[in-house]
Amino acid sequence: MNEATLEKFQYDNKIVKYFGAATMIWGLVGMLVGVIAATQLFLPEANLGNPYTTFGRIRPLHTNAVIFAFVGNAIFAGIYYSMPRLLKAPMWNKTLSWFHFWGWQLIILSAAITLPLGLTSSKEYAELEWPIDIAIAVVWVAFGANMIGTLIKRRERHMYVAIWFYLASFITVAVLHIFNSLALPVSMFKSYSAYAGVQDALVQWWYGHNAVAFFLTTPFLGLMYYFLPKAANRPVYSYKLSIIHFWSLIFIYMWAGPHHLLYTALPEWAQVLGTVFSIMLIAPSWGGMVNGLLTLRGAWDKVRSEPVLKFMVVAVTAYGMATFEGPMLSLKNVNAIAHYTDWIVAHVHIGGLGWNGFLTFGMLYWMWPRLWKTTLYSTKLANTHFWMGTLGILFYALPMYVAALTQFLMLREFDDMGRLAYGNFLQTVVELVPMYMLRAFGGLLYLSGAIVMVYNMIKTAKQGVFQPSEDDQAPALQKAYNSKGEFWHRAWERKPVFFAVLATIAILIGGVVEIIPTILVKSNVPTISSVKPYTPLELEGRDIYIKNGCVGCHSQMVRPFRFETERYGEYSKAGEFVYDRPFLWGSKRTGPDLHRIGGKYPDSWHYFHMMDPGSMSPGSLMPPYPWMVENEMDYSDLSAKIRTLQKLGVPYPDGFDLEANKNLEAQAAKIVKSLKDTGVEVMPNTEIVALISYLQRLGTDIEATAEKQ
Amino acid sequence: MYKEVLRSIENIEIYPIISLLIFILFFLGVFLWAMRMPKEHIDYMKSMPMDDEKLTNNQP
Repeated sequence: MNEATLEKFQYDNKIVKYFGAATMIWGLVGMLVGVIAATQLFLPEANLGNPYTTFGRIRPLHTNAVIFAFVGNAIFAGIYYSMPRLLKAPMWNKTLSWFHFWGWQLIILSAAITLPLGLTSSKEYAELEWPIDIAIAVVWVAFGANMIGTLIKRRERHMYVAIWFYLASFITVAVLHIFNSLALPVSMFKSYSAYAGVQDALVQWWYGHNAVAFFLTTPFLGLMYYFLPKAANRPVYSYKLSIIHFWSLIFIYMWAGPHHLLYTALPEWAQVLGTVFSIMLIAPSWGGMVNGLLTLRGAWDKVRSEPVLKFMVVAVTAYGMATFEGPMLSLKNVNAIAHYTDWIVAHVHIGGLGWNGFLTFGMLYWMWPRLWKTTLYSTKLANTHFWMGTLGILFYALPMYVAALTQFLMLREFDDMGRLAYGNFLQTVVELVPMYMLRAFGGLLYLSGAIVMVYNMIKTAKQGVFQPSEDDQAPALQKAYNSKGEFWHRAWERKPVFFAVLATIAILIGGVVEIIPTILVKSNVPTISSVKPYTPLELEGRDIYIKNGCVGCHSQMVRPFRFETERYGEYSKAGEFVYDRPFLWGSKRTGPDLHRIGGKYPDSWHYFHMMDPGSMSPGSLMPPYPWMVENEMDYSDLSAKIRTLQKLGVPYPDGFDLEANKNLEAQAAKIVKSLKDTGVEVMPNTEIVALISYLQRLGTDIEATAEKQ
Repeated sequence: MYKEVLRSIENIEIYPIISLLIFILFFLGVFLWAMRMPKEHIDYMKSMPMDDEKLTNNQP
């Protein structure tokens, strides 16, 4: 190779610095919101007495902030650092890089504003309304275009394993985001899901599961394959293993989604398929973990002295624990215990705090001094952070496991008379309060550790000089390349577009297998003739329920277990949800299931319960919603809502959009009268009236059938 | 309407079995190929993250 063919170029460090700083800032914000939400679970007054900071609205704010803002920016920082260096070419287009950066921050900012305002689709990790969804798609495509452009301009013929992970993540997240966000807008800030009931649930959890896979797992495996060898200063343990585990992982992950919906109306074979593939997932997941840990063989002495490696070792270990626990949770009998309890919360936090958080910290501690051409300001502080974080994870997760088992055992206990031993759900929640306190303490410890890190990083930056760019040189790729004797993977590694197509096919096979039953599910949902569309007032009540994030604590899915049917009533039938857009089955019960709440209590009970839950259920941990009595419901867009639903196939009669207001007012008057009979004066156009009408309707449709028979 | 099309397919249950077979064959292919990979190439790929500071030669 002669000198003349060498090309000089520069890596852009500024974009890495910006994404890195955004990671830290949003990380602190997201964790702080998490600590506030955790505090509200034992001290409801911590909602600051207003709807905007009440649990139902800040829980999605917390999840979105930590997933898309903290972890998202960390992924981008890592990719913008490693990809150019692995490909010997700067990122393709600087304008695109900056469009990506500012676009992403703007999306986060709009999420931070709209979620507290209650503008939400209520589908977990996809709560943002449709205009923001479109912005996400645009920015995501800009990011992908920038990566593909860099690949085309690369000077290194072969793609290192980290880059396959980046590419697969980009492609899959794009597919997932588009399919799950399909909705028909009513107005700028309100839309109805394109899917209803069981179908909506399936698409949502196909998305939810794979968002964890391709936003929280595969990009981080890519980062691990770059930064772990860098930090340990030795190559990855087995490159062969990385090839095998990459393809198996992206192939299998897409199939496992149905494990979120065990004991539902999903056809049996699809449930079994979901469980089988979840178990199979252990193999490729552990392939990654083993490869990461064994990379450190012979370097364990360094782990004792180097904080970067400490963080990474705990991260990879947490990944191994979470990916063993996940398949176990998809076994039906384990799932019966864990679903709706704090076990799931513990599981996701082992992954989130351990794997994502600690790998991010390790990466930042490694990268920051290099960007400023200096050394870390304080290794001691980094070690302090490490122990605060590790203890934080333990204080978080262990009480949650105890809480989950305690609650499950209490909920399913029957006394000698064959009645539920703890008939009131609240009896079990009160028992968990000490665990919730410990959990919040764990979260606070973890957050404090992160603050120590940010201080350390600021000091590190101050003592160094920022290097806006880094010079490098490499020969250009020769056009005439003799590929004789290269087969399969070795050849694919040279052809990014072909590689991307293959990866797409791999994920789509699993996706199609899951989506086909989703589309077919209608034929498997027995129609229940007495199930009717919501009345206009109930629809408004349902939208208020969605707006306030009630689904964050209350499920609407009674499972076919004796201890559930005894407690709540008849188990939920698939046919009951055909007009639910979006579905509101929920994933966690901090309060009782509400699917059979309709008609259980008088209207006045609901009124007083919403005003002050403690007055009806002494010791309740539910926050009060006194503003619902004063807030006027805005039903100016009611006609538009009815028309949108008609387009989606809800059988309202023709011209119903024009009568809807009258219909709503008539039903509201009835509720006002029933409240007045019990001595409660309330205006008919307040939110509480609509909410009561919705709650009283819930799960009552099948009773109508029973009465007829 | 595409729902009707899909619903009319008989024995749709066979599809997951077919895709399972595709996966197993694909997996075996990747596995066999990875095992037969020449050592020099593996070493070259492995060393990529370490090559930041020094110049890479554009090897095969």
